[in-house]
Order: sequence, then structure tokens, then C-alpha cells
Amino acid sequence: MKTSAGLLLLILLLAIVGPWLSPNEYQATNFDAILQAPGTAGMHWFGTDDLGRDLFVRTLLGIRITLLVAVVASLVSLIIGVSYGAIAGYVGGRVDAVMMRFVDTLYALPFIFFVILLMVAFERNFLLIFVAIGAINWLDMARIVRGQTLSLREREFVDAARLTGVSSMRIIFRHIAPNLLGIVAVYVTLTIPQAILVESFLSFLGLGVQEPQTSLGALVDAGVNQMEGAAWMLLIPAALLALILLSFNFLGDALRDFFDARQSQ
Amino acid sequence: MSLLEVKHLNIRYNDVAVVNGVSFKVSRGESVGIVGESGSGKSQTALSLLGLLPGNAKLTGSIIFDGEELANKSNKKLDRVRGRRIGIVFQDPMQALNPYLRIGQQLRLVLLQHELANNKDADAKVIAMLQRVGLPDPERQFRAYPHELSGGMRQRVMIASALICEPDLLIADEPTTALDVTVQAQILDLLEELRDDTALLLITHDLGIVAGRCERLLVLEAGKLIESGATTSVFSSPENPHTRKLLAAALRTDRGEIQEPNNGKTVLGVEGASVSFRNAAKDQLVAVADVSLSLRKGETLAIVGESGSGKSSLVRALLGLIPMRAGRAVYAGEALEGPVQSRAASQRRDLQLVFQDPVSALNPSLRVSAIVGEPLLVHQAKLSRAGRSERVIAILKKVGLDESYLRRYPHQLSGGQAQRVAIARALILEPKILICDEAVNALDGTVRQQVLELLKNVQRESGLSIIFISHDLAVVRSISHRVAVMYLGRLVEIADTAKLFSKPSHPYTKALLDASPVPDPRVAPVRAPLRGETPSPLTPPSGCAFHPRCAFAANICVEKKPALRDADGSRVACHRVDEIDLRISMPGVKTTASPGR
Repeated sequence: MKTSAGLLLLILLLAIVGPWLSPNEYQATNFDAILQAPGTAGMHWFGTDDLGRDLFVRTLLGIRITLLVAVVASLVSLIIGVSYGAIAGYVGGRVDAVMMRFVDTLYALPFIFFVILLMVAFERNFLLIFVAIGAINWLDMARIVRGQTLSLREREFVDAARLTGVSSMRIIFRHIAPNLLGIVAVYVTLTIPQAILVESFLSFLGLGVQEPQTSLGALVDAGVNQMEGAAWMLLIPAALLALILLSFNFLGDALRDFFDARQSQ
Repeated sequence: MSLLEVKHLNIRYNDVAVVNGVSFKVSRGESVGIVGESGSGKSQTALSLLGLLPGNAKLTGSIIFDGEELANKSNKKLDRVRGRRIGIVFQDPMQALNPYLRIGQQLRLVLLQHELANNKDADAKVIAMLQRVGLPDPERQFRAYPHELSGGMRQRVMIASALICEPDLLIADEPTTALDVTVQAQILDLLEELRDDTALLLITHDLGIVAGRCERLLVLEAGKLIESGATTSVFSSPENPHTRKLLAAALRTDRGEIQEPNNGKTVLGVEGASVSFRNAAKDQLVAVADVSLSLRKGETLAIVGESGSGKSSLVRALLGLIPMRAGRAVYAGEALEGPVQSRAASQRRDLQLVFQDPVSALNPSLRVSAIVGEPLLVHQAKLSRAGRSERVIAILKKVGLDESYLRRYPHQLSGGQAQRVAIARALILEPKILICDEAVNALDGTVRQQVLELLKNVQRESGLSIIFISHDLAVVRSISHRVAVMYLGRLVEIADTAKLFSKPSHPYTKALLDASPVPDPRVAPVRAPLRGETPSPLTPPSGCAFHPRCAFAANICVEKKPALRDADGSRVACHRVDEIDLRISMPGVKTTASPGR
């Protein structure tokens, strides 16, 4: 847990302050140094791409944007999913049935197709990616939270609160929500890599972020085109992407063990 | 030579020793009881004999079974002994039986695994075994799945599967803890009758069970063997102070000081209360039918009954957690009606509930201070933070916990401490009626006594009225002024405690009393006073619901429901109360055809 959390923090820190360490700009082209291999020449530590742009700065920028997309999308899914699921689960009955059938309907939509349609229909923009990814991820979150709430609602401490006259709102936020924390925290660490993958996939298809902005997915896409002559263009962003995904997954596992242990003690 | 010899057994998890230097022997055909409170290491000891400890357990010492070392042996080697020569019966048969396999298949597998039968004659052997454990219609039960059987029948199947290979040693780990008291007596009788010359290792927390049934006793505490010897001598002259404490808690059948309620004013009246549910198939399940009761100020009324008797449903309906279908309840001159959310604040303040399982009744994410203080937030919103915390500390002190508990979370409390916190939460608003739903059931004997004393003290000081739900008659006797007995949703008898225990009027009350194990080895162990189990409330018997199990049933009992009437100082619902003489024991019921030992 410590290793993966530490690694993630290190990557985040590097993504925030890293670009200032390099003298190069992310959008500046240097036609004298096209496809330069990683090294110290011109301070291009990760080499340059086919337009002579510095890959160190571009990769860090890509991480920034990738993490931003992932975290914002997960937050969107967290907020919608937890409140939707907790309300459906606690109120129950007909309200629950209607709310969950709506979720089922959304599930039935082919989502990649849906995102592509959105991207084509509207001007490609950053915000839309957040919304699209978040709007899909909250479905899972709502289902998980609802199921958990249904079982928490039957626990005797909720009856005890009802008996003394604690209001429904207070029961949801004070007695039920904190007990959802474990499962939600674990699930968020799983949705973040999922959002990263979706964003990378969209960027890889050319539907993601716009040049000269970039993301890890877009960098991998560019790298694939230059794979034969300039393998570093593919390997460096791909390795970092894999590292981030693995770290989140390990963190999720560790969190689950942590909360399990607390529950069972 | 002894059959089993355990020497210097140590079991550790990481750095925690759960069993510490335990040594004992079991001879062929002997019955030995291992008793101790929860956490004493008794189950760990039993599991270690079969090599069933989890992987992170570290075992040292030696376990010699019939000349063969079993400690830390491979599964392959243990498989020749497990099931074949050592059988085991677990506490919860629902978890010990595979829900996807038919009963017959599970037992067949045991025989085939140990090559005690071939494909052809296995079925016949299994059916014969099911017959021996007293399963009605064994050919049909052979094809049943575990969920189709009642708890008592499932435990019979477990016993069948443990004994079908005719092992030399049978380990029974709390075999009756999950069962009702009348069924418990049947299962214990069955174990006794069937084991022939199989040695028995009976693990339990209940001294009443081992008293008449085990020749020797081992007493464990905190992983150490603190006392061992013949059952009679352990009971008559215990050497270890902790054994004495355990015995004192179990033997406590005197009523102690119970102040009689001096002010006879009725605080709660219930008339004709009925509660029913519908299951998924829309069948109506009548949980409580036409129950009338009253509770006086400062009085403790116990409601006893086995599972399915409707005692919990009744109080949940009174509190407004579930709807009451018919009847009415009156508290302090006002009707208690509607769901709890819509009731007057004063009613929500004056009626409080203490649950059976303190662990699930306390929110795991809140600290003790927040849990106990919450009712004040709702009912005395104007109270300052300091004033609230003062009240919380005062009530915690009253239940015997000091300020150091304020910042703890529920998982940092023991069972007894958690139940004290739950009681503190219920008492902080100074309620007039406290309802305890099996509130001491999950607690060990010594802690249980402390909690009962606590309730009595509170009652003495504040004139609290208590409705005390329990299936444990010893507990009921030590705390209540009056007792109401329920069977299948109906009240069958209600009387003063002393009268009910000395001279029960209803045959069911008599059976309940007879079925309770007596923690005294000089008294012959109880024989099951009742046949069968409580019928499903979905299909209650006609007439008097108790008639299929009653030794005194006559035609009228099948045809007509009896009403409660006064008889001999009790209110009893029995047609034949004036004719039958309960002083002679009910005709004992044999559970199987085979002779007892």
C-alpha cells in the first residue's frame, strides 16, 4: 500500500512541478532536433517527437491531463453514484424500482458508441470527456452503493436510530454513508484506472484531447506511428501509463484489505 | 492406552497465543466436556485435532491419536483419519452442509471417500443411518436439500454424517447452540444414544449441557487448561477461582434481590395485538395473533418462547418498527400507533429497545461518545456540547464504563462492553419502558450476570418498567416479576415468576422448564420432553397450535382454539388445564429406535 501510494504521489508531484524543471516548452518545435533519442542533448531527457517537441515535458503534461480526467470523472461518478444509490437503497420500494430500472436502461446503451457520437456531434472539448466518462461510471457506483445500503438499512443500529427519532436525512448521512466509505474508496481506486483507460482509448482513436495539448493516450497513439524508428516515443508513455494503472490497482487491493480488517475486528 | 493424547498444545496467530500448553487425554468410549467462555480457545483446540486450523496458525506440541501423531501432518495423511476415525459436528449445520448437494449425496460421498461402501449399497446404508438419527421418512429426506430441513433436522443430518463411518472419536463443537431448547434436548439425547463406544469430546459454553452427560470436564480459560477432573468433583469442589466464577454464574438459579413493584399502576396495555407478514409468494404468515398484556410501573415482564414464537415481532410492532395488523396498545393513556417516525416525541423518548447483538446494534463508524449522545441531539437539541458530554459520561458511569471509553469505536469493545454501551444509549433519555430483546443472549455467563445486575439496579433506582424477551429460562427467572410464554404467535400462559417456575399450568411451559439443562451432575440429564419441532407459522396446526406436540392433546384441542382463562393463579390457554396433572413428568419421548447407553 505504501509503495503504490508513494509512487502515485511521486508521479503526481513530478507531473505538477516537472515541466518547470525543463527549459523546454510543451508546444515549442525544434526542427533541428527531430526524433532525437533520449539523452542530455538540448535537455531533451525523454527525446523528441517527429515535430521536434520535447517529450519529457509533453509526457508530464500528458500525465497531468490523464490524472485530471480520471480524478474529475471519478468524482462525477462518485457524487452522482453515491447519492443516487444511497437514496434508492434507503427509500426502497417503488422509488428504488423506478430508479434502478433507469440505471438498467442506461446500461443497455452501447457506451463507446455513445461517447463517439457525443464527440462527433459536439465540438471536441475537454469538459465533454469528463462528463462522458463520469456519466458512464456512475452506473456501477450506484448499483454497488444501493446494494450495500440495502443491507446496511437492515442493520440494527439503523433501527436504533429510528427508534429515538433520528431523521431520515441524518440516518443516510450519519449512519449509512460513513459505512459505505470502505467500499466506495475501493471502488474509486478501480474507476480511476478505468477512466484513464477510456480516456487513453478515446485519445488513441483521435477523439480525445486536442493538439497541442496531450494525454498519455494521445502520446501512445503518436508513438505507435513512429514505433519502428523511435521506440522511445511509444515505450516511455506506455510504461508510465502501465505504472499508474498498476499503482491504482494495488492501492485498491490494499484499501480493501484495510477496510475488511476494520469491519471484522 | 488412551485413544487421544494431546501434549503441550500451543496455537499461535502471529504473536497471539490462543491455546497455551494444553495437555489432556481421552480414553476409548469416554465422554469428555471442554468448557470455557468465548475466546478461551476451546474451538481452536477442537479444530487443531483435525488439522482444520487456518494457514496462518502456528501449531506446536503433539496430538497422538491411537498411537499416530496428527500434529502438523499433511492433508493426505489426515484424510485417512478425518471423517473416518474422528467425526465432527459443528455449531451451525446450515454452514456445515453443502447447500447445492442433496442430503443423501453428501452422506454417500462420506462413505465412498472412505471406501466403506460401493456404489450399490451406499444408498441403503445412508437411508439406514438417516433412520437411526430419527429423520422422518428417510427415503424422501435422502433427496432433500439442506434448506428444506429445519434446524434440528439439519443437525441430525450432521450427526448422521459424522457417525456413518463409525468413528472412534466424535467431536461436537457447540452442537446445540443454534437450536431451540426443546430441540437441544432431543439432539443431546440422540448423541448419547447413537455413539455406542465412540468417545465424545463435547465443546460448549453451557455447563448445564455437560453436567449430566460428560464423565470428565476440561475447563479452559484464555488458552490455558485451568481445571480438569471428573464432572462431579469439578462441580462439587472446583479448585480454580475462575472455575468457581463460571459455576457461580451457571448455578445462579436463585432470584437474588428483586424488589417487587410497589406502585401497581399500569404503564402499558396491549389488547388483541396481531402482526402478520406476507412472503414473496403472498402467503400470509401470522407472527403474532391476538396477544393481550399489561405492564406495571417498576415491573419486569419476561416474554419467553422458542424461535418463531413471535416474541420479537410483538415488541417491534409495539415500537412501530413493523405495522400492527390488529389490536391496540396504550401507553400513558395514549395510543401507540403508526410507524415510529410519525409517533409523538415523548413516546419515542419513553420506549427504548436494547438489541440482542450489540455488535450490529452499534454503528461501526461512530465513536462511543457519538453513539450514546445521539438521542440527546434529537430530543434535547438545546443542550450545549459540554452539557451533552456530561450526560454521556454520567450514563456511561452508571453502566460501569469510565471516560476512557468515550473515544473508542465499537470494534474496540468486548461483547459485554458493547452491550453496556447499547444499554447506555437506551437509558440516556431516561425512558419509562425498556425493552430488552434477547439482550444478554450473546454474552458469556459472568458478563451476563453483571448486565442483569445492572438492569436490576437501574430499575430499583428509577422505577423503570422492563419487557425482557428471552428463551433462556434461567435468566428469566433471575430478573422477572411475571412471565408470559408464547408459542407460534399466541400467548399460552402468563403468571408470576415464582408460580410459573414451581407450578406451570400449560403443558408447553412444563416442557420448556423440563428441557432446560440443569447445571448439576447429580441430577439426571433431562430427556427431551417434547417430540418434533415448532411447526411453520405459514401452516399453523388447527385448534390449539401446540396439539401435535402435546402429550395430553384430545379431540377438542384439534378442533377449537383455546382462549386465555384464569386457572390456578395463571392465565392459561389450554382446554384441558383442569383435567391434566403436570406434576408427573410428561411421558418422555424417545427420539430413535435404538436403546440408550
